[in-house]
Amino acid sequence: MSAAPSASAPAEGAAAPAGTGLLGGGAPADAPASERSLADRIVRGDVLVVVLAFVFAFLIGSALIIVADEDVRAAAGYFFARPQDTLGAAWTAITEAYAAMFRGAIFDYQARTPARAIKPLTETLTIATPLIIAACGMAVGFRAGLFNIGGTGQLITGAMAAAYIGFTVDLPPVLHLLVALVAGVAAGAIWGGIAGFLKARFGANEVITTIMLNWIAVNGLNYALKTTAFTGANKSQPVSPAVADTAALPQILGPQFRLHLGIVFAIGAIVFLWWLMNRSAIGFRFRAVGSNPRAAEVAGIDVGRSAIGVMVTAGALVGLAGAVHLLGTEHKLTGGIAGSVGFDAITVALLGRSGPIGILLAGLLFAALGTGGRFMETTQGVPLDLVQVIQALVVLFIAAPPLVRSLVGLGGVDRPGTARKRRARRRTEATDVATAEATAAEPSATTGSTAVAETDAEDTTPAAPAARPAEGENA
Amino acid sequence: MSTAVAPQPPVADDTVIERTVLADRSRSWWHLPATLTVLALAAMVFFGLRAKAGASTTFGLAEKAALNPGKIIPETVTVPTGPATIVLTALCLAIAAFFWWAQWANVALRPLVRIGLLALFALLWVLGFLTWASAGSETMSIGSLLQTTIVLAVPLAFGAQAGVLSERSGVINMAIEGQLLFGAFGAALVSSLVGGALGPWAGLVAAPLMALVIGALLALFAVGYQVQQIIVGVVLNVFAVGLTSFFFGTVMRQNPERFNTASVLPHWRIPILADLPVIGRVLFDQNILVYLMWIIVAALTVAMFRTRWGLRVRAVGEHPRAADTVGIDVNRTRWTNVLLGSAVAGLGGATLTIGTNVAFGEDMSAGKGYIALAAMILGRYHPAGALAAALLFAFADATQLKLSAVSAGGGGIPSDVLLMLPYIVTLFAVAGVVGRVRVPAADGVPYVKQ
Repeated sequence: MSAAPSASAPAEGAAAPAGTGLLGGGAPADAPASERSLADRIVRGDVLVVVLAFVFAFLIGSALIIVADEDVRAAAGYFFARPQDTLGAAWTAITEAYAAMFRGAIFDYQARTPARAIKPLTETLTIATPLIIAACGMAVGFRAGLFNIGGTGQLITGAMAAAYIGFTVDLPPVLHLLVALVAGVAAGAIWGGIAGFLKARFGANEVITTIMLNWIAVNGLNYALKTTAFTGANKSQPVSPAVADTAALPQILGPQFRLHLGIVFAIGAIVFLWWLMNRSAIGFRFRAVGSNPRAAEVAGIDVGRSAIGVMVTAGALVGLAGAVHLLGTEHKLTGGIAGSVGFDAITVALLGRSGPIGILLAGLLFAALGTGGRFMETTQGVPLDLVQVIQALVVLFIAAPPLVRSLVGLGGVDRPGTARKRRARRRTEATDVATAEATAAEPSATTGSTAVAETDAEDTTPAAPAARPAEGENA
Repeated sequence: MSTAVAPQPPVADDTVIERTVLADRSRSWWHLPATLTVLALAAMVFFGLRAKAGASTTFGLAEKAALNPGKIIPETVTVPTGPATIVLTALCLAIAAFFWWAQWANVALRPLVRIGLLALFALLWVLGFLTWASAGSETMSIGSLLQTTIVLAVPLAFGAQAGVLSERSGVINMAIEGQLLFGAFGAALVSSLVGGALGPWAGLVAAPLMALVIGALLALFAVGYQVQQIIVGVVLNVFAVGLTSFFFGTVMRQNPERFNTASVLPHWRIPILADLPVIGRVLFDQNILVYLMWIIVAALTVAMFRTRWGLRVRAVGEHPRAADTVGIDVNRTRWTNVLLGSAVAGLGGATLTIGTNVAFGEDMSAGKGYIALAAMILGRYHPAGALAAALLFAFADATQLKLSAVSAGGGGIPSDVLLMLPYIVTLFAVAGVVGRVRVPAADGVPYVKQ
């Protein structure tokens, strides 16, 4: 935990390389291709790691399904008499669970009508919408070296503001929606901005403040749902009235699907993230602070103001996610409006390495696992929590490619004589400012970050020739 | 506010020295006194001046059965709400004024004086709040309030010690939540499996072992594979919630008698001392986990700052390269400390189930791990400080519970607003009183041998 804004390690670590997607990171494309054999490149490549990460995660998930299945345990009681019973029961349990997951997430091949068959896919997209937007907000923080855990709180305030505008104010159709969305964005921005302000002004650790703000928002929401201002006439139920039709996001595939216009906002958020971080001056400052706060300060960037800016931007995006979720999917404000989106968004941003494409893919993946898991829970009785375990395992495995490679006996790649050059950059000389700027300006360079995949860094260091001379220890 | 600033002392020989220091007064010198003043004024206006006229508040101090020769400590104390609150908050203001003077003149207060005054401020403030909030309702029993505080503080304190252990060696431990949860799960599972009077004791052994799983994973990824440590921690928490909820929803739900029954560690009552009024039950009639908490905090304070082991751990956390140069195995130290920490957190998890006679429940740690983390930072990475912060959070939480039980009378604060109390207290504490905490320099930085 670093309370001090200077040279904070998480700051550097979380700042993943710009523009790298799910498969980005250590893609050996920049390395001198002729020097490496094709096999070597495949082994080192991220595609293999990602595939293997999923294989291992689902294998462990299968083990859990077996342990939890009553038929399997019953058959295991007489395992030595008839082992095929146990194995058969285990196979049935696993395949049925994963088949249900697929049917619930992407395409229901047992459905009677085509509309029902593709409903799971639209459902996945609906769930993915707030997840992707919120993950974009999280990514802004990570890239700028701030660890924003406050997704839940920002989501709740965003949803609350949007809902309030949605069911109290009377406005013409398009304007009403816009005002409600803006209210959500503003509320999220304020909630995030509080943490940013406390960080900038008092040096309060953003991890703590955002967690506390989460709880304050959760309890504030529960309180609000007991007041007539939010519940309207129906005071006994902790539910708000539905937002007016003029404020609801239109459904784009007709009333039988829940998919709504919010998906466009999700794509917009992705583009905004890309533009902000890779094309704008503000984003450049955010990234400079993220990769090396000391150097950024020396270069004349106001680190404190940057912290506020980052948290306001992150909060605004997460607030938008809350508003979109409420105006598009839920329509009514309830105590559980935020669900686990606030925390899932963190994992999505991490899995997507805070890059636009990565977040898009990771968000769709998490949403698919979530909707599939829910279907699996209702049809097969396998708890949804299995999905959480699989999600966590995927992120863990992808974060440590050497572990994955060594599990399949390819560990040798990670233990040649190559020295590991990564270490914390904490120098204040002016040359380092140039380095930091070069790092920040060079989107494909991982130099400034202890990237998620630590050892991948050695693959990409040649991509930053500008930074190289300044790094004394680069062999 | 500025009226509280004392005039500059007249020039005497030794004040010359002080004035040279004055130039060095940090830019944030006014944060602490300003926070205190705001808090005190808010309390005075909201609690003191808005109290119902003629209302009175009754505090319960000693119980009838307590060892209380000659009724030295009265059983109940009744005070008029308004005046009492105003007096208490006025004393708070006086302390705030003293801090204005001390910070302005840059007087170096001894740490003990400073902390003592802050503690006194907190005590007076809270008393003022309690006086106001429990006005007119039934007796506010201080003894039972403290008892709840201890029960709530133990998991936080264990978690915070786990944080101190691993962060002093340079590994950020965001996974306290997961360790608590695994500890609670292991304790409940094993104590149900073993059953009988021996069950809880088996659970007590199982909890740290179970939490070691999370600790080992954290160390494997953070130290072994140098993955960004906050990421590992957050993801491990998701993993722990998912895994325990999965087993709770399947195995435990299918057969709760066998896998998830509530059991409790016996209370060890220390004769005579446990009969003392007010503090007797709180300090001397608890289960082994509470006593262990005191012992671990004391042992850790000594070990961390007075032994060779502690010096090495701190060296690894501050400057791993230097530690490596003198022959300390950096990564092994980190591994040991993370594992040790997770075992301690596992004990905290055990408190949630076998410490309080509760069966395991889904996500039952409910964010306590994160609060423990906050307690550790608030306690400035010091075992005793972390304990104090844990007690503070627990007290705020206990007050909230107590007041929402009697809320109909008193201040009439809605329970949801009361629930926010601990978190608002933390926000103020983190921002105003603590501010910039000095973090172990290499905290969160993986070490790679050159």
